[in-house]
Amino acid sequence: MSTLTTNTSTTAETKPKTPPQRRWGIRYDRRYTAPLLVTLILLGAHLSFGILESYEKTLLAIAASVATELVLSRIFRGKWPHLASAYISGISVGILIRSPLYWPYALCSMISITSKYAINVKGRHIWNPSNLGICAMLFLAPFAVAPLSVQWGNNLWPMLAIWVIGSVSIWRLRRFHICATYVAGFFLFAWLRTLLTGEPFLTEISPITGPMYQLFVFFMITDPKTTVKSKTGQIVVAFLVAFVEFFFRLGESVYAPFYALFLVGPAAMLLEMWWNARKEEKLAAA
Amino acid sequence: MKSPVARSILALLFGAMLATPLVLRHLNEDKEAERFVDTETAMARYGFYLEEVAQEVGIDFTHQAPTLDPKLNHIMTQVASVGASVSVADFDKDGWQDLYVTNSGEGSQNALYRNKGDGTFEDVAPSLGLADVNQLETGVSMGSVWGDYDNDGYEDLFLYKWGRPLLFHNDAGQGFTPVAGEAGFPDWVNANTAIWFDYDRDGLLDLFFGTYYPEDLNLWELETTRIMPESFEYALNGGRNYLFHNQGNGTFEDVTEEMGLTSTRWTLAASATDLDGNDYPDLVLANDYSVEEMYFNEGGEQFVDAGEQTRVGFAPKSGMNVSYGDIMNQGRFAIYVSNISEAGVLIQGNNMWVPDDKGGEEPRFQNLATVLGVEYGGWSYGAQFGDLNNDGALDLYLVNGYVSDTPDTDYWYDLTKVAGGHKAIISDAKNWPAMGGRSLSGFQPSRVWLNDGWGSFRDVARGVGSADTYDGRAVALVDLWNRGVLDVVVANQRGPLLVYKNTVTPDNQWIAFDLESPDNRSAIGAQVEVAWNDKRQVQEVSGGSGFAAQNQRRLHFGLGADPEIKSVTVRWPSGTVQTLEIPALNQTHPLVEPDA
Repeated sequence: MSTLTTNTSTTAETKPKTPPQRRWGIRYDRRYTAPLLVTLILLGAHLSFGILESYEKTLLAIAASVATELVLSRIFRGKWPHLASAYISGISVGILIRSPLYWPYALCSMISITSKYAINVKGRHIWNPSNLGICAMLFLAPFAVAPLSVQWGNNLWPMLAIWVIGSVSIWRLRRFHICATYVAGFFLFAWLRTLLTGEPFLTEISPITGPMYQLFVFFMITDPKTTVKSKTGQIVVAFLVAFVEFFFRLGESVYAPFYALFLVGPAAMLLEMWWNARKEEKLAAA
Repeated sequence: MKSPVARSILALLFGAMLATPLVLRHLNEDKEAERFVDTETAMARYGFYLEEVAQEVGIDFTHQAPTLDPKLNHIMTQVASVGASVSVADFDKDGWQDLYVTNSGEGSQNALYRNKGDGTFEDVAPSLGLADVNQLETGVSMGSVWGDYDNDGYEDLFLYKWGRPLLFHNDAGQGFTPVAGEAGFPDWVNANTAIWFDYDRDGLLDLFFGTYYPEDLNLWELETTRIMPESFEYALNGGRNYLFHNQGNGTFEDVTEEMGLTSTRWTLAASATDLDGNDYPDLVLANDYSVEEMYFNEGGEQFVDAGEQTRVGFAPKSGMNVSYGDIMNQGRFAIYVSNISEAGVLIQGNNMWVPDDKGGEEPRFQNLATVLGVEYGGWSYGAQFGDLNNDGALDLYLVNGYVSDTPDTDYWYDLTKVAGGHKAIISDAKNWPAMGGRSLSGFQPSRVWLNDGWGSFRDVARGVGSADTYDGRAVALVDLWNRGVLDVVVANQRGPLLVYKNTVTPDNQWIAFDLESPDNRSAIGAQVEVAWNDKRQVQEVSGGSGFAAQNQRRLHFGLGADPEIKSVTVRWPSGTVQTLEIPALNQTHPLVEPDA
C-alpha cells in the first residue's frame, strides 16, 4: 500500500510488481488506493464537521508537495515522477499540522519531499518523509505550528468507520500486523503509564481515540519504503515505536508518537541495511 | 543524483528550508526595544503611557475563585477559572464613572467603587446592597452589566452568576433593590455573559444571557462527573442561552425559543450591534469548544443563524470575547474574538472579523487577524477597542493567561491527552488528569496593540507600562478622571483589580459624547459617527462587550493633532438620525435625542 509518506523513488516511480487491475474495462492502479482512502477520510471529516479551517491551506500543502516532487525528480532524477505519494504527503501535512498561517503548510510539504532526495543511505531514504517534515516544523517553528490534537466531532460512528475502513484496506495490503502491533503496544504502555503515574487508564488511552492517531497508525507507520522488509522486523519496529513513545509520554512530550517514529524508523532501517550487508558479505566470502 | 554537485545543491536547498522558520521568526520579532524605559520615552514613542494606580486611588480588591464540588478537586483551578469581571456606569449620575467588580468565592463580597470625583474611589457596595451576593445557596458572581431597564434615568444592574441571576433596581443612586424574583428569571443558570440590548426597538432594554455549563448543574453538588465538554472543538452539550423580552412593567418574558436562539454551545461572551444594516441589533456569541455564532435580527421578530453564511461560524476554536471596533475608520465594525494560542501545542489564533465586500448584498466577514497583527495573545480572554493615545485610530487592549499556579510548570501535555479523546473520555471530569498545582498558559502579559490607522497593529504593552502577568479576564476602558483619555481597568482571576491611569500626549485632540434617549434612556445601540480631516469613525453605546465586561457608555473619539471636524452624525436606537453642529473639541458633550 502506498501510504501517507510513501517513497516515490521506489514505489511510485517504478512500475508496480503487479500490473494495474482491469475491471469493467477500467484499469485500476493500486497505488491510488491510499490517495483515495485518505481523500475520502478527509472529505468525510470535513463535510461532517468542517475540520479544515480552509480548503486553501490543504490545497496549498498538496500543491507544494506535488510541485516539489515534480521539480526535484525532473532535475535530479531526469524523469517525471508518479505523483500518488507526493499527493499523500501533501494531504497528510494538510491534516496533521495546524496553523493559522499559510507558509507552514507549504514549507512542511517541501521539507518532506526534499528530504527524500537530500537524505538517503545507499539509495534509500531512511526517514518517513512527512514524519520528518512534521517533526522539523514542530521543532523549528512551534510559534507557528501545532499538531492535530483534537477530536473530529463527537460522534462514535465516524471514528469507527475510519478504523474499519482503514483496517480492511491495510489488511488487504498485508500490513495490518504493523497497525495491530502498534495499537497493542500503545495499550500495553498506556496501562504501564497508569501504574506509574496514577492517571486513569481511560486518560492514557484517550489520545489513540483521536484522528491524529488514526492517520498515524494507518498511513504513517505502515509506509513500506521506510519500514523494514521482514514481517517479524516490522512487528518489532512497530512495538519499538510504541515503546519509545512510552518514554516520550512519561517526559510529557506532546509530540510523542511523531518523535518516536522519527527515532525508531531510521534506526531500524540502518540496522536492516547493516544486517543485510553483513549477510551479503558472508555469502560472498562463502 | 550521484554527482557531488547535485548532492551539494540538494543539501543546501534542504538546509535553507530548515532554516526558513528561524529566519521568519527573527524577521517577525519586534525590532524596537519595547521595554518600558521612562514616561518621556513612552510618550515620545507611542503618545501615551499607563501607570497602575489602584491602591493609590483607594481600590484594593482581590478576586477569589469558588471552591466547587470535591469531585472536581483535581482540576479545580481550571474549572473555577472565571468570575473576575468589571462593568462601568455612572450609577449616581454625578458625572463621574463608577466601577462594579465581582468576586466568586463563597461568602466573598463584590465591590461598587464610587468615583468621588477627587481622584479617589470608595466601595459603597455594602451600604447599597450590592456586596453580599456570593453564597453557596444562591451561587457566585460571574459578571454584571448596567442598563436602565425601566427608563427612570438611573442605570440598573444585572448580575449573572453560576447560580441565581439577580436584577438590582437602582433607586435614584441611593441604593439597589433586588427585583429578579418579580422579573421572571430562572432560579439557576451557569451564566458567563450577559448584555442589555433593545432587540425589538420598542424603547425597552431586553436582556440576553449566555451560559456555559447546563442549567441543571449545581457545581457545588454534583451527582455526576460527566459535566465537561464532549469535544474540544465541536461541543454542543453546554448550557442553553436566554433572551428575555422586557415587558415594560418590571417583568421579563423568556422568548429564547420563539426567537430562534436555541443553541447549547459553551457560550462565554456576547455582544450586539447592527451588522447587516437593517437597524436592528444583531448578536454575536463567542463559544468555548466550538464556532462563533452570528445571528441576524430580522426586524425584532426572529434571530436567524448567519454563522456559515457570513463565514464567522466555520472554524471551531475557543471563543472567549466579542468586541466591536471601527478599526480602519470606514464607518463599519470589525469583530474581535479571542481564542487560545500556545506555541507548538494549540495555535488557534484570535479572530478579527472584518467586513468583506465580496459578499455583495449578503454581509460577509474575513478573518484578518494575521494581516493586522492581532492574532497571537496567549490564552486570551477579554479585549476592548479604544483610542488609547487619541491619535484617531482604535487600539486594542487584550488580557491573557489561564491558570498561573506553580511557576515553570505546565499542564499542557495532560490537556492534549484528553482534548484529542472521544467524547466518552473528554466529557467526564474524572478522566481529566490532576492539575497538581501546575500552571496552564499562566503568567502571560497583556497585549496593547497600537493601531497605526493603516491596517497594522503593534504590541507596545511593555513599552507603555502594562507589565502585569496576572490571569486577566475582563478589561474595561473608561475615562475615570474626566480628562479626555481612556483609562484601563483589568479584572484578574484570583488576582488584584488593576487600574491603569493613562497619560496621553496633549498634542492629540479628542471629543466625547454622553447620550440619552427618551425611551431606552441608556441609549444602548445608539451610534455616533465623527468625520474629521479625511477620516470618519463610528462608535456605538454598548450594553456589554468583551469578556465579562462593559465599557463606559460615553463614546470617546481620539482625533489626532490638528483635527478639523466635518460632521457628527447620531443614529439613535429609535431610528432618528441627527446631525450636530460642529461641536467643540476636547469636551464631553451631553446629547439627548430630539423629538422625532
